[in-house]
Amino acid sequence: MADVVVERGRVARATGARKGKSLRNALGRKSTVAFFLTLPLILLIALLVLYPAFYSVHLATLNKAMTKFVGLGNFTFLFKRETFWMVVQQSCIFAITAVIFKAMIGFVVAHFVHNIPAKGQRKWRGMLLVPWVIPPAMSTLAWLWLFDPSYSAFNYTLSFFGVGPIPWLGETFWARFSVILVNVWYGAPFFMIMYLAALKSVPDQLYEAAAIDGANWWQRIWYVTLPMMRNIIAITTLFSLIVTFANFDIVRILTSGGPLDTTHLFATWAFQVGIQSSDIPLGACVSLFMVPILAVAAIFILRDVTKRGNEA
Amino acid sequence: MSRKTLTRRQFVAATAMSSAALITAPYVRGAYAAGKLSIGFWDHWVPGANQASTDLVNEWAAKEKVEVSIDYITSNNKKIELTAAAEAQAKSGHDILQMPSWWPQAYAENLEPLNDVMEPLLKQNGEVNGTVKYLGQSGGKWLAVPATPGSQIKGPCSRIDLMKKHAGIDVQEMYPVGAPPKAENWTMETFLKAAEACQKAGFAFGIGLGETTDSVDTAGAIFQSFGAELVNAKGDITVKTDQVRQAMEFYKKLIAFLPPDAPSWDDASNNKWLISGRGAMILNPPSAWAVAKRDAPQVAEQCWTHGFPSGPKGRFAPYLPYFWGVWSFGKNKEAAKSLLVHLSAPSSIEKFVAVSGGYDLPAYANMTKFKTWAEEGPPKGTLFHYPDPYKHQTLSIAASPAPPKIAQQIYFQATLTKMALRYARGERLDQALAWAEGECEGFMRS
Repeated sequence: MADVVVERGRVARATGARKGKSLRNALGRKSTVAFFLTLPLILLIALLVLYPAFYSVHLATLNKAMTKFVGLGNFTFLFKRETFWMVVQQSCIFAITAVIFKAMIGFVVAHFVHNIPAKGQRKWRGMLLVPWVIPPAMSTLAWLWLFDPSYSAFNYTLSFFGVGPIPWLGETFWARFSVILVNVWYGAPFFMIMYLAALKSVPDQLYEAAAIDGANWWQRIWYVTLPMMRNIIAITTLFSLIVTFANFDIVRILTSGGPLDTTHLFATWAFQVGIQSSDIPLGACVSLFMVPILAVAAIFILRDVTKRGNEA
Repeated sequence: MSRKTLTRRQFVAATAMSSAALITAPYVRGAYAAGKLSIGFWDHWVPGANQASTDLVNEWAAKEKVEVSIDYITSNNKKIELTAAAEAQAKSGHDILQMPSWWPQAYAENLEPLNDVMEPLLKQNGEVNGTVKYLGQSGGKWLAVPATPGSQIKGPCSRIDLMKKHAGIDVQEMYPVGAPPKAENWTMETFLKAAEACQKAGFAFGIGLGETTDSVDTAGAIFQSFGAELVNAKGDITVKTDQVRQAMEFYKKLIAFLPPDAPSWDDASNNKWLISGRGAMILNPPSAWAVAKRDAPQVAEQCWTHGFPSGPKGRFAPYLPYFWGVWSFGKNKEAAKSLLVHLSAPSSIEKFVAVSGGYDLPAYANMTKFKTWAEEGPPKGTLFHYPDPYKHQTLSIAASPAPPKIAQQIYFQATLTKMALRYARGERLDQALAWAEGECEGFMRS
């Protein structure tokens, strides 16, 4: 009997020691340490991103009074609304046009800055980043004053040339032009700084080799610079596309979606429907509609990046 | 150092004596014996006006032994609506929350019925107008108490000199201080002619056609003066009626005389239009005049606030009341109700009106003739007719009498201004009406 007890104790101690050792091993592994170090961030993301995301999916399946489950009823309702399709179209026009211009301006300006001698470059980089570092709600208010019907500085200046007054925010074309212009002004420095970083990482030997081969300016851009920047361009475009699609403050401050809803984006219309008209489920549906559009864009762009990564 | 031990017998005796003393002692109220109360008030834009609320609340709290905390929440960028939405969702927040016009109806299920507060107040202060009942009552239940701070009429604020010179209208004679209005000829036709004359003279009326409340409120009053309803009180869509067509024709004519960028106006644009001296009239509470007093005194002394023109179906003025609501999930509802009674006492209301320089409007019939409105200036008496002291117009809100949850959507989607603008910009009338009908069908969701 006593033997058995001793035996049992030994077995238990051996198992305990093994368990303790494996726990120590697990805790000692780099991946475990990394997991525990990132755990606060994971919890924060779960709390502030995942929970609201799933909650908005839940809201989107309720009726207006939020008392009944209606499945996809809100989505089918939206698909029948003329304004909804207008918002889809406008969001695409806004995001695509703004991203194209931001990328083009960012690319050109990055080249200019890259060619400035290193001594004065930091000053220019700092100045060109100013639009991006001012909170957009504040800078857009300044733009609102520039476009203001009573005090527009633009119209005042144009009046000296016998032009105008232009209804900057009162007519569809000009209102769309204005909100895109402000978005481009705000977002182009981000592209500029990303492209500048990419340009600096292109080895000089490639340009030297191209020069020896007799490549002109355009050929150097096309065959050296662009292929070397492709991944940065793709990632920056994707990131900017997501942020621009989800834009709220610029349109909200400048036009509130007008005139005649022709500048509404998903976020501003979702706010109007969900908060102002007290139809939170429909507002959640409108904002969720961005997800499939952006997911498709993300898949295409990231697939291309991965493919090129594998080729490399 | 001596150490005294407590025996079991001594412990029992001491406990018994303490308990007896506690039970027989008289009830002494502590500093905050009646608990805590958390309040969310609208952040007033008249400088110093919040102080009146703070003083009144503190006065009540000291008397009732309640610990109070007040948050002043701005209405800029819909912060107050966002707060209401968040608190209703979380079922937690302030005990009392001040809400803009449509919100008591939107959160009716989450609000404590306040009939026991409102019934004595109505006896004390007089009846409230139909719009307050429409927005504040549901099924005979008072959802909230009409608040004086923030409540406003958006009637015409005219330039005395420009209206006399270009439109031949003496607004001071039409709305004299201390006497009933002589406004029989102040009709929609006269208004339209005045708009045309002033526009030709380079001082167009500053009426917005945007999606914010000032634009919508004006459209609402004009439509109502033609008897035009998009959805009637029963909830039936009534877009394709002669009254709506008449209102659309009128608006089309009016739009031709408004500033070309009026479709992009927000609630600040009309104020700026008046203060900059570019307009002969705006439709707004006296906040623009109050700012002009500070920034453009030469404009302020020519401003006169008065009644709305009448249409074929009557004289309607846009009216936006604020409310104080008590959440049903609040922790100190009795204290909240007691405070609302205090804030609605005639002396409190008079204080709100005085501190806001006449901007705040009480909802009660007996409270429209305070001396503040007669004395404010320059010019003296400019606000005398602001609270409609002779009840010569119907105070209404755009999209009424549709059931409030439908009307709220017509209001915030700015369906009235949009349909008028569509027609004015060349869309056929039947197309504009069909568009509005489609929108209203969408608002029927329950």
